[in-house]
Formats: sequence, structure tokens, C-alpha cells
Amino acid sequence: MDFLIFKAPMLMVQASLDGILLGILFALIAYGMALQWGVMNIINIAQGDLVILGGYIAYTIYLWGIHPAWGVIISPIIMFFVGWALYKLVINKVVDRDLFISILATFGIAIVFQQLMNFIFGADVVVAQSEYGTTMLFDSSVTLPNSKIFSAFISVLYAIALVIYMRKSKLGRAIRATAQNARAAKILGVDTEKVYAATFGINAALCGIAGALISITLTLHPYVGLPYTVRSFMIVIVAGLGNLPAVAVSGMGLGLFEEFADYILGTEFRIGAVFLLLVLILVYRRFKLSKKREYLK
Amino acid sequence: MNKIAKLFVTFISAITLALVSFTSSFAKVEGEYIVLGSAISLTGKYSSNGVHTQNGYNMAVDRINKMGGVEVQGKKYKFEIIYYDDESNPKRAAQLAERLIKQDGVHYMLGPYSSGLTKAIAPVTEKYKIPMVEANGASRSLFTKGYKYLFAVLSPANQYLEVAIDLAVEKNGGKGVKIAQAFEQDAFSQDVRLGILDAAKRTGSEIIIDDKLPKELNDMAATLAKVKAVKPDVLVVSGHTKGALTAIRQISEMKVDVPMLAMTHCDAAKLSKQHGKKSEFALCASQWHKNLSYKDKFFGSGKKYAKDFQKEFGYDPPYQSAESSAALLVFKDAFERANSFDRDAVRDALVDTEMQTFYGNIKFGPGGQNVAKPMILFQVRCKGDDCENRVVAPTKWASDKFYHPIPKWSERS
Repeated sequence: MDFLIFKAPMLMVQASLDGILLGILFALIAYGMALQWGVMNIINIAQGDLVILGGYIAYTIYLWGIHPAWGVIISPIIMFFVGWALYKLVINKVVDRDLFISILATFGIAIVFQQLMNFIFGADVVVAQSEYGTTMLFDSSVTLPNSKIFSAFISVLYAIALVIYMRKSKLGRAIRATAQNARAAKILGVDTEKVYAATFGINAALCGIAGALISITLTLHPYVGLPYTVRSFMIVIVAGLGNLPAVAVSGMGLGLFEEFADYILGTEFRIGAVFLLLVLILVYRRFKLSKKREYLK
Repeated sequence: MNKIAKLFVTFISAITLALVSFTSSFAKVEGEYIVLGSAISLTGKYSSNGVHTQNGYNMAVDRINKMGGVEVQGKKYKFEIIYYDDESNPKRAAQLAERLIKQDGVHYMLGPYSSGLTKAIAPVTEKYKIPMVEANGASRSLFTKGYKYLFAVLSPANQYLEVAIDLAVEKNGGKGVKIAQAFEQDAFSQDVRLGILDAAKRTGSEIIIDDKLPKELNDMAATLAKVKAVKPDVLVVSGHTKGALTAIRQISEMKVDVPMLAMTHCDAAKLSKQHGKKSEFALCASQWHKNLSYKDKFFGSGKKYAKDFQKEFGYDPPYQSAESSAALLVFKDAFERANSFDRDAVRDALVDTEMQTFYGNIKFGPGGQNVAKPMILFQVRCKGDDCENRVVAPTKWASDKFYHPIPKWSERS
């Protein structure tokens, strides 16, 4: 059983495509995290819970009889304001403090969000139906749910739109300036308070999109946010801050790695394998850094 | 003088101690009420099933009280339950159990929701020698610890899907089958897995995929791709409601063809409602179904129970509610047979329980599990877009024929 994947080459194609499609979705969430981490120096533990809230928004419109795919437009709009409000209420009080305070604050937000979602939407696991069907490849030995293809496509679309926005728009430039040096940006007339609020809003909006996509590809439950936080955190750690192509590659890479770990090591080790990889990467990074330091000496 | 004072204090404390031990050997009975205690998940991740459990308890309390209550030594008593919200947290549940026993003086407990929380509470009730009748902890490990005060009205987890394997073997002309299985890594699902391992050994079946799904995982694509490649006779999946919903979603999307699909938690996941036709032909383990022919004088039949429950709470009772109601019938029966409020007398009466309720026959094995009631299997069947669960095994109660094999996705409309 162990190396089934090498006996059936089509499984390899299936695993690769599954890994990449899911990886792209995770990369979108991770990009939001990288953005606000880079700009505001805040590690958002509530990231996954924002994703799930976005998912519930899509699920709600699905219950009203609207196709859940519209969630990828409606959910980010609502989530942007949720993010903005969250900044004004909590985050602005911790933005200049040390990292630990922000982790604590966002951890608190995560708990409040979980309980609120549980209260409003109930503790049942729910799914929205897209009825998008399936794409069959290679004489139907490789099957790809169209909902997953759709979600990868939408993620890429939004990511490109965001990159262009960051490059071309005034707010985008202000965000990048603030990320580089908040104090200098302030001196040059950038309203950093507004930039922070907008950044947090954009991050929440990205979570909203991802959540809407998760409602049609995976499942929703008020308490499943944390795995998304951990996953995006890992992608960001591997990719570094403020580097979208790296985030995309690292998202897909981790997705791929996880799928292959499943086939080769067994399902029970797939998440463990990803964490092991993370540890190796961190050790390697440190090793490289210490070398650099010696060189400087 | 000092000596006299000391003597006096000793005397008083001796009397107090005697009083304490005297009262504690009798039940917490206030006036005409027998007070039971339960820590239950009203908030947190188990809150929906916690509420089903509470509704089941409340329904039975009302019914028993209305129909004359519990008769002990010629006097009629009524049931009353003190509830605390355990927030779906095992630590909190254990604390609350302690509080119910020590502060509120409760001497009889009803179980919480889920195996995990029952596991947290059982050591506490055991320590204080408080009989607990529980209805929602099915994990096998609850019944192998030698607990003397724990009684479960439900069948243990390892029995959940054994019937399904027997059924598959029967369909295969008595020969062993090839089994692919995927279980979440939690106490309950792993117990279900142990049951399958036993059944496989017993029937000479072969397990060709044995995946353990991480709790955080909500994507089964890799497991299902393997299933597609090796073509088993049966696919068994257990991972609570999330597992059931994920499995159906991805099996239908990836067009995985298996002759038989057996699962747990279908009704808790509202599978036939959420996934509609995609869930058709799935075989699900259940503790209870309203169409079973068991009867008792309090609720009549399962159908009658379902109707009354629907009237009271506005939804069809899941088996979590039915088994919870049964727990109170067991307590009533035990009190009356013990004809006393002495904890140990009631505990001994519980050991000798042998009764039929609308939920099923109840008789406790040496570990405290119910050994008199088989698990049932139902199959999701659809007419148009309208899907419902129909009992297909065991044959004694089957309302419908088991549909086998499941048609291929290419042949399904």
C-alpha cells in the first residue's frame, strides 16, 4: 500500500493538481496575512476566523437562494468594513506595541468571533452547493471538482488585481510606503492611521473571498478557523513578508508537499510532515543568517 | 472549663459528621423532588448536540412527572435537573461535575454530550460514588476502565459499523471483502475503526486502505484518489459531522465509484438535507430510528415519541434526544426497584436493569455499556430531490431493502 503513488502514475497527476489548487487558495489567505504583518507588524491569530466569517456570509446568501459564488463579491465588501471596524475598535490600540500584545489581542478577537459565529449560525457543520460539476481528465482517471478550479481561478484573479492596485493606486503606494518606514511616510504626509485601517480592511476582504470559496469547496464550522491561521502563518514564514510571488509559490509548494506526504508517509503524517518542513526551513534560515553575520565580522 | 469546652466541640463535630454522612448516604431529595445534575454543552462546538441532549432529558422529565412521577416507599416524587453549561470543554465539565456533587449536593448524575466530556466526568462521579446514567458517550474506552457507577444506554462505538461489514460480506456470498477506511484521529472514530478491524478479522476481509485523518483536515481528496485507484468493495468513513459532509462532497465531485459506502453521523450532519441527491445510497450507523418497533408506557412507540418531540421542540428528534430521554426512564425504573434513595442501592438496581423503552432494550454489561440493543443502519434514499433515511438493517426492523451495489456516478442522474 505504501507507495501506491509510484505504481499508478495518474495518482501523481491527481495529487499535484489537488495540491496546487488548494495551495493557491491558502496563498490568498497568506497574502492577506503577509500584507498586514508587513505593514503593521501584527500577527493576526484571528485570520482563520475572518475566513470562516467570510464563508458564513456566502453561506447566508446561499440560504437566501442566491448562488454562493456571488459570495466572492459580496463577502469581501462586507468583510472590508468588518476589518475596518475591528481596526478602529481594537487593533489601533496595539499597533505600535510589541508583537506579543498584538498576538494576545487578536487571539482574543478570534475567541469572540468563534463564539459569535456559533451563536448566530449554530454549531452545525454546513456546506453551500455550487453544482459546478467535475472536470475529467485522462479518460476520467483524474477528476477535478470545478468548484476547486473556480476557487483557484478567482484567487489568482483577485491576487493580480491587488498587485496592480498596490502598484498604481495612491492608497496602494501609501501602504507600501508605510510598510517601508512608517515614520518617514508620516513625515511626508501619509495618514498612517488611515493606511493601517485600510490594510486591515483589505486583509479582511481577502479573508472574505477565501471564506466564500471555502464554503463551496470545503466545509464551514465556527471553530475551524485556527488551521487556516496556522497554514497561512506557515506560508508567510516560508515566503517572507511583502513578496507576493514567493507567497504564491510557497502556498502551492506546501499544498503539493502535503499531498505527496499523504501518499508516501500516510494520511496521519501529512500535517506533521508540513510542520517538520517548517522547522527545517527555519533552521536553514538561521544557519544562513549566522553565516552572513560571520562574514560581516 | 477548657476541657468541657473541648469535649463540647468534639461532641458537636461528631454529630455534624454523623449528620453529614447520614444525609450523604441518601439522595438529594428536596420535598417531593429528586434532584439530578448534568453538565451539558449549551455553548461551544458541541452546542447543537448539547441542546438535543437537554431537550431529550427535559422531555422525559416532563413526561414522567406528568404520569405520576417516581414511586419510592409509597410516596410519589418528581424529577428535577440542575444544568450547568460546560462550554464543550472537558476540564470545565469535570469542574462542574465536582460542583454539582459537592456544592449542590446532587447524588445522581445524567451524562454530558460526547465521549470526550463523559470521559472527563466519569472519574469524578466514580470518586464520589455517584451513579451516572449517560446517553451520549459511546467510546469503548469508557467501558474498559472498570467504572462501577457509569451506565450507558447506548451501544458502544465499536459496534457502530460492524453490521455494515457483515452486510457487505453477505452481499459478497459470504466471502471476505476488500475494505477501504478513513477515520478521524479522535477517541470515538478510532473506536469505530477498532470495530471494523474486529469485523474484518471475523469475516476474513482485507483492509486495503486504512487512513487516519488529522482533526484539522477538511480535505479528503488524497484518500479518495487512493480509493479510486484500488477499487474496494466497501468504503467506511467516520469523522463526525465534518467528516460525513466532506466525504459526500468530495465523493460526488471526484466521482468515486464504490459498491458500498458506510458512515457515521449522517443524521447529525443533516446529510440528506445539505447534500440532497449526492448523499443517496450512503449507509449510516444510528443508535435509534423512529420506525423501530420498541415500546414503553411513557412515550408509546418511536413514532409517537417523534411526533410529541416535534410538537414540543419544533424539529424531528435526532437519536441524541431519544437516547437522552431513555436515560431518565432507566433512572425511574432503578429508583422504583431499589425502593430507596440509598446511592448504593440505586446503583445495584441499575446493574440489574432489564427493560424495554421506546428507544430500545436496555441491559447493562459488566463495563456499563448497553448490551441489549443492536445498532441499526439506514440508507439515504431519494425520490426526486426529496431524500430520507430508511432503515435497512438489521432485517428485523428493516422498512426497506438494502440497495446494493451503489450505481456508478456515470449512471446516476
